Amino acid sequence: MAERRLRVLVGKPGLDGHDRGAKIIARAFRDAGFEVIYTGLHQTPEQIVAASIQEDVDLIALSILSGAHNTLLPAVYSTLKEKGAEDIMLMAGGVIPEDDIPGLKAAGVAEIFTPGTSTEVIVDWVRSNVHPRA
Amino acid sequence: MTLAERVLDGDIRAAARLMRDIDDRMKSAVNELKALYPHTGNAYILGLTGPPGAGKSTLVDQIVAAYRKKDLLVGVVAIDPTSPFTGGAILGDRIRMNRHAEDSGVFIRSLATRGALGGMSRSTMDVVNVMDAMGMDVIVVETVGVGQDEVDIVSTAHTTAVVMVPGLGDDIQAIKAGILEIGDVFVVNKADRDGADRTARELTTMLEMQHPEPGAWLPHVVKTEGARGVGIEALVEEFEAHREYLKNSGHLQRLIEERNAKLFADTLRDELFDTVFGAIRESGRYQQILDGLRERSTDPYSAVEQVLAAHAFS
Ligand SMILES: Nc1nc2c(ncn2[C@@H]2O[C@H](COP(=O)(O)OP(=O)(O)OP(=O)(O)O)[C@@H](O)[C@H]2O)c(=O)[nH]1
Ligand SMILES: [Mg+2]
Repeated sequence: MAERRLRVLVGKPGLDGHDRGAKIIARAFRDAGFEVIYTGLHQTPEQIVAASIQEDVDLIALSILSGAHNTLLPAVYSTLKEKGAEDIMLMAGGVIPEDDIPGLKAAGVAEIFTPGTSTEVIVDWVRSNVHPRA
Repeated sequence: MTLAERVLDGDIRAAARLMRDIDDRMKSAVNELKALYPHTGNAYILGLTGPPGAGKSTLVDQIVAAYRKKDLLVGVVAIDPTSPFTGGAILGDRIRMNRHAEDSGVFIRSLATRGALGGMSRSTMDVVNVMDAMGMDVIVVETVGVGQDEVDIVSTAHTTAVVMVPGLGDDIQAIKAGILEIGDVFVVNKADRDGADRTARELTTMLEMQHPEPGAWLPHVVKTEGARGVGIEALVEEFEAHREYLKNSGHLQRLIEERNAKLFADTLRDELFDTVFGAIRESGRYQQILDGLRERSTDPYSAVEQVLAAHAFS
């Protein structure tokens, strides 16, 4: 009877105003049976982390097109750490150059998907890597 | 420390986790709720219901801001539907409330209906109780926007606000009688649109035609523009007026009694069924009953009587 449902926060930090990618991912996650907390555009790292904690999500999935990934993503991770919430996984998708990926992974981002990745691949990654915390 | 102790200690993560355990129907959550129960009953619970897109979340955001100005702690429970096909959900009410994300005096939780009807999730009342135990002064519950008479919110909230938009006055029949009965306050939101005055007037007339008993609460209609924050003060004043009325008229006490009785009955129903059904399935009795029903050697009524006769209740 008791069954954990995966909860994911989908949001978009930064200044650019395109939420198409975030919406596509939110729908793909819903269709995969996850509960998606969709927070929309222009989120600060602090807002994202506060919402993630209140919503008790297992994963934060951020869409970034603005080019500010090298500051925004590490900022989200360090804010999670500050709040003792680094057990919440962090994933990002968007226009992120290959060269930046190792650095971002070292800074706490579990996985990064670049444009053109199918939603199936992303959902599969979530299914095999993110487990609702006991 | 147990989750309940941590919640009472002000630990936000523990509160969020307990809400998850409640929603996921973990057995352990029951013990935590037991420990929290003595610390509940202090919050003022406000329900917002109304059709999809009427502006409920936008108004919740404004109401939160208004109560924060009064230095009160505010909890929000925002419910959106679960997809019946996949079991997944997109919970989007928070989008309108982002400005409160970092305010430590505000705690917002999104819940999916997970198959429950009536505009709320099964877990809503228990999640409200956790917020109550956290010390929230006001807890705002936003139901799913299904439109008509979501009666469930009425048995959870102290004050129920029904949010509508201009235009429905064109067809008075479109307003089901049920909706007039559940509201303590009626809101005509999007008052910047044509027809707001007319809708408000027609609603008022319909409410007056309900012939309330002398001394009973007569719901008022408040016009708002959630998006620009117009009319919010008057709306919150109306909530406070209703709250005062509940206190002074003795209605509050009656509401609490009814709610306690309902919570007990609901819990008893669930537990009794789970316990008895689990036991007869385990013992093989259930299979025997099914066999008997198939052969018509017993009937469902006698079978239930016999199962119940094995226990004494008093
Ligand atoms: N014109 C106008 N639009 C408004 C007003 N208040 C809210 N809106 C808009 O109405 C739309 C829906 O608002 P929400 O607050 O999400 O409505 P809701 O009732 O919570 O919607 P659901 O939760 O999906 O049922 C948004 O685009 C708001 O910006 C208002 O006073 N005037
Ligand atoms: Mg809403």
